[in-house]
Amino acid sequence: MSELISEGVQCKLLDSMDKVWDRPDSLIDVPLHYCPGCGHSVVHRVLMEVLEELELIEDTIGIAPVGCSVLAYFYLDIDMQEAAHGRATAVATGIKRVMPNKTIFTYQGDGDLAAIGTAETIHTINRGENIVMIFINNGIYGMTGGQMAPTTLPGVRTSTSVDGRDVESQGHPLKIADMISILPGAYYVTRQAVTTAKAVRKLKKALKKAFIYQMNGEGGTSFIEVVSNCPSGWKMTPLESNEWLENDIFDFYELGDIKVPKKGIK
Amino acid sequence: MSKKLLMKGNEALAEASIRAGLKGYYGYPITPQSELLEYLGQHLPSRGGAFVQAESEVAAINMVYGASGAGVRTMTSTSGPGYSLMQEGISYIACSELPCLLVNVMRGGPGLGTIQPSQGDYFQAVKGGGHGDYKCIVLAPNSVQEMADFTYLGFDLADTYRIPVVILTDGALGQMMETVVFPDYDIEANKTDHSSWATTGRKNMRKKHVVTSLYLKAEEMENMNLILQKKYREIEKNEVRFESIFTEDADIIIVAFGMSARVSFKAVELARKKGIKAGLFRPKTLFPFPINELQHLSNQADKMLVVEMNAGQMVEDVRLAVNGNISVEFYGRIGGVIPSPNEILNNIINLSELKE
Amino acid sequence: MAKLKGHVLFNIENCKGCELCIKECPQNSLEMSSNINNNGYHYAFLKEDSCTGCTNCALICPEGIITVFRESKKKKIAVPSLNNTDNFLFEVS
Repeated sequence: MSELISEGVQCKLLDSMDKVWDRPDSLIDVPLHYCPGCGHSVVHRVLMEVLEELELIEDTIGIAPVGCSVLAYFYLDIDMQEAAHGRATAVATGIKRVMPNKTIFTYQGDGDLAAIGTAETIHTINRGENIVMIFINNGIYGMTGGQMAPTTLPGVRTSTSVDGRDVESQGHPLKIADMISILPGAYYVTRQAVTTAKAVRKLKKALKKAFIYQMNGEGGTSFIEVVSNCPSGWKMTPLESNEWLENDIFDFYELGDIKVPKKGIK
Repeated sequence: MSKKLLMKGNEALAEASIRAGLKGYYGYPITPQSELLEYLGQHLPSRGGAFVQAESEVAAINMVYGASGAGVRTMTSTSGPGYSLMQEGISYIACSELPCLLVNVMRGGPGLGTIQPSQGDYFQAVKGGGHGDYKCIVLAPNSVQEMADFTYLGFDLADTYRIPVVILTDGALGQMMETVVFPDYDIEANKTDHSSWATTGRKNMRKKHVVTSLYLKAEEMENMNLILQKKYREIEKNEVRFESIFTEDADIIIVAFGMSARVSFKAVELARKKGIKAGLFRPKTLFPFPINELQHLSNQADKMLVVEMNAGQMVEDVRLAVNGNISVEFYGRIGGVIPSPNEILNNIINLSELKE
Repeated sequence: MAKLKGHVLFNIENCKGCELCIKECPQNSLEMSSNINNNGYHYAFLKEDSCTGCTNCALICPEGIITVFRESKKKKIAVPSLNNTDNFLFEVS
């Protein structure tokens, strides 16, 4: 604490206070490469808070995708594997089947999980693999420069839908969470956000539940979708991007639990 | 040592993999190797391993990547079309230096092809069908016994060098039944300690392990490549294996691997009966390739005849090894056809007559 | 019941000027500085002594640069009031 404080009044002030919130130790203290205001950054942090609080740091192996969060392993202080594009849940299956007592999670974007990885997504959940899947859905391909994603809304302009997504020729956006929720292997499916502090608290609760389900070996895959922003790709400020989420996108990708276990944690 | 058993090649390989300590098998059905998948599906779970019939070969190779990254003995098997699907995964596995066993029971191609045996995937396995500068160790059995033996060898080499090992076999060897004896093999004694790099969880808060093949700085990527190249040079020095029959005084040496070596051996025997000094050189490792031995033989023999079940793939490596010393001819049947001993014998006769 | 007093410290060098914390603060206590940090971003700071330590800003902050303090409910100590210049953690001169 002492290195942070310069002098004078501040010292006296903080002496009388408790530190009630600090970033988790297992979120490595290096500058993040994500754009200003990017939801990835918040989810990374909340994820590590949950893993620390559940004392899972020593037993967790995470799988990073191809996408903006390809370098997630620079920031998360746990064992990690980098998967080929779309294949994170196959990699997770490979590990979980030979190390069933370890905690495994995948972290993927919309291209990874809902385009190239669709088969792996469906079949991993269909097998009910006891892992946590984290899906960052921002309706665009950020890393490669802003192309259309399977989850891009109709009419939205991207670099491969310059006049706005045309559903006639480019199809409709996929509601992957709803699609996979009908599979018996899907145990807990929820859609969350990080647009407000309230939403962040809800996400943390959801992630905690998901990891507890895995620890308990409760039947199946937990799927946590985070409908998030891409200020750079959407060509908006972070504040504008969150407004657009609240005013527009959440109408289509509705937040809340889609499937909850019958005897789950409240 | 087990007693002598009569087994199908695919199943002998599967049994050997269990006895060698296979912990995770991830595969997809494809003719002519589905028996391998089925055997493991029936036997592996009750003998200490995990079995998953994946949704595709793409998924299977990535499951292998995951399990291998966690430091356990893992394997997949497929045929040509499936092996093509696995190329991205193999490139990742090779660059991440992950040990695993990959089995390609080759069939006629290209394309969907046929289900009869061929050797058309030599280039793909040996030169690397995936992107980038990498190699796999490639073992080429030519009997059911070798299907078993090379499995133990393959796992050991994979663990020693942290490299994918390919057993490059074909549909005939996979389907034929021969006697096989499984050697005694101590799984625990042969286990390699991967605890310095495998992702097993940060026990006692050790430093985190990351399995990746991403190096955004070109210098770092080059450095990784140099590490791989150094490994390959070591493998080339230490792990060449071959069989050389009747080559000491041979004028004409047939060079063949796998099934075509078996047929060629018959042709060599027939040739010798006709008074032609023929011999057979059979690489058992296609990478590392027995360059030195072939160079040495090219100083003794007049001609080499490479016999393959493809349009001419290994012949290029033989020509490179021989380096113009002597002529290297080629005879091949393609697309799933196995040459007969008489066809090869005729080629030997023609070559020996040409000499006169 | 009186609100507990709180305080936040910002690691302003890592702030990327996204302004999300400004909106999340229920007390409107945060503001963007007209100064820039070494990365060229305007950074957020606590402009007035009305922080209650609710942690909203810390939760929304993508960079995780905020540390939050709050009076313990057990000990309520009179704290001298602050002027604006004392709220910086690492001041850029």
